Amino acid sequence: MAKERTKKNSMDESDYLDFEGKVAEIDKQMNELRRLSSAKGIDYSSEIRRLQREQTAELKKCYSNLTAWQTVQVARHQKRPLLGDYLELMVKDFRELHGDKCFGDDRAIITGLGNIGRERALIVGQSKGRNTKEKIACNFGCSKPEGYRKAISKMKLAAKFNIPVVTLIDTPGAYPGVGAEERGQAQAIAYNLTEMSHLPVPIVCIVIGEGGSGGALGIGVGDRLSMLEFSYYSVISPEGCAAILWSDGSQAETAAESLKLTSSDLCKLGLIDEVIPEPLGGAHRNIHDTVYNVEQYITKSLRELKRMKADDLIEKRYQKLRKIGSNFANGMNSRKKTGKNRIKSTNKPGRSKSNTRVTAKI
Amino acid sequence: MAKKTKKTWDGYSLKPKREMPEGLWLKCPGCEHLIYKSSVRENLNVCPECNHHFRINAETRIKYFTDQDSFQEFLVDLKTSDPLKFKYKGTTYKKRLKESEKKTGATEAMRIGKTFVKGRPVILAVMDSTFFMGSMGAVVGEKFCVAVDKAIEESLPFVVFCCSGGARMHEGVVSLGQMAKTSAALAKFNDTGGLYIPVLTDPTTGGVTASFAMLGDVIISEPEALVGFAGPRTIRETIKIELPEGFQTAEFLLEHGFIDMIVHRKDLRSEIARLIDYCKK
Ligand SMILES: [Zn+2]
Repeated sequence: MAKERTKKNSMDESDYLDFEGKVAEIDKQMNELRRLSSAKGIDYSSEIRRLQREQTAELKKCYSNLTAWQTVQVARHQKRPLLGDYLELMVKDFRELHGDKCFGDDRAIITGLGNIGRERALIVGQSKGRNTKEKIACNFGCSKPEGYRKAISKMKLAAKFNIPVVTLIDTPGAYPGVGAEERGQAQAIAYNLTEMSHLPVPIVCIVIGEGGSGGALGIGVGDRLSMLEFSYYSVISPEGCAAILWSDGSQAETAAESLKLTSSDLCKLGLIDEVIPEPLGGAHRNIHDTVYNVEQYITKSLRELKRMKADDLIEKRYQKLRKIGSNFANGMNSRKKTGKNRIKSTNKPGRSKSNTRVTAKI
Repeated sequence: MAKKTKKTWDGYSLKPKREMPEGLWLKCPGCEHLIYKSSVRENLNVCPECNHHFRINAETRIKYFTDQDSFQEFLVDLKTSDPLKFKYKGTTYKKRLKESEKKTGATEAMRIGKTFVKGRPVILAVMDSTFFMGSMGAVVGEKFCVAVDKAIEESLPFVVFCCSGGARMHEGVVSLGQMAKTSAALAKFNDTGGLYIPVLTDPTTGGVTASFAMLGDVIISEPEALVGFAGPRTIRETIKIELPEGFQTAEFLLEHGFIDMIVHRKDLRSEIARLIDYCKK
């Protein structure tokens, strides 16, 4: 358990991101003062407190205005809390359930039963690994078909016993490999999307780090979809997008900006439900507080969702999914009518009824 | 059938190189024969020598597949409002949409409608790979779902011709969300007992494969179509090994158990009509 972990994460030199130069400088000064005060017995505490305040102000300034590309870097930070941290700090009596009962046990997606607060839940999470050995074991967080199949089979188990589902999303994307294609990566993801859309128990999905495209969506369909403040969620990696649309992979920074992949942009677009706040300076500076915020969000959401009857839950989820992007698809006729995003079929005016009922603002 | 003698399998390109070039003659990429363009055109855009299926646009597909003049289109004018205000490389998504409209005559990458196939009424959706590589954004997703609604309402079978480069990057998570949206609509359609037949054509990749293309009651593919999740180039760059011969073709998917049948373009009408008859309640 978390005996040895201090509340605040210590920062090594390589942990500072390139836009945190001033923060790093202040840390260096503080460490120097601490060293001096213990070596020479001089009291620098007021000076250290002053630097602390200065640093707090600097972090606030930095993190209230992160660019999309900086956000991606925070989301990929080497000390960012990973699935393992959540399982350790948030889930009581976790019992991992292995295997898709068909091909294998993908270590990039971990599934199991446990308690979060006072709620029992099936936890489905993507695992990226901290050190090289772990990273290789879970394929750097890139799930394979057997991972998605394991996830949906455990979700069906949860549905059978009326256990809500919590998914923690953190993947650069589904694995693009020969074996993954041979075993139907696309089919596995598609099946999860359709099955999760009408699973008769609450599903709460949270992007905790990287929300990489279809690989993230494969466990990301539910009644709630929310993001940690400095996580990202995107249709394609900024690098991939830059390589295709800019024909230049080094334009990732520009691509990240264009893709609107931050939690605040996606919230504005109505594509996610909530932004879960991160501690000052990002999740990697305080794992405990991050996990606590996520836990609070989960228990709150589950309490709300558990009150609903299964049929209502499914219908509401369907309506939510059905509306995604509807407000961005407009017919010629409807565009004239401002404020009403209605769709009309032009060539079949007599039978346009069914075509008009489909859209509404998110 | 003449085989290409390539040393290593390169996968098929996503670029629309296999549409008909200008001029009277063309060199078939399947058998490398020089053939009369008109003889290909009269043969449903299939090479008479080797059965290579050329890519066709939505207009042509509808003409080939449906009973004459039976296609009643829905939501003809549905257009994207460019949710991200997407800018790239000195141009904008809006501008590129206009250019693409002008060049292809299509307004989006999917057309939907009610039609008849050998006298059987069906709801039909046809993707158009000439428009933004057939990519799926808000409009494609919305049209797809409206077609499903129609199929539910009128208790009709739903046939979809897939050809797509995947989710449309220019619409970001809005396009990603269309995968969930279309899959949810199909769950509902399935619950009402509707028959859904996707026909995979060259190329069907990315977010479209990982959503509605793979969710059919019966999944059909045209011969040798490229069908996959990740593009062949991405895979080669990631794993840095040569791809196996025939990787990600319809035949490869059939062999691995992910599609039900491969059907020649000339037989699609009769085969689908047969399936509709078999699945009648
Ligand atoms: Zn040929």
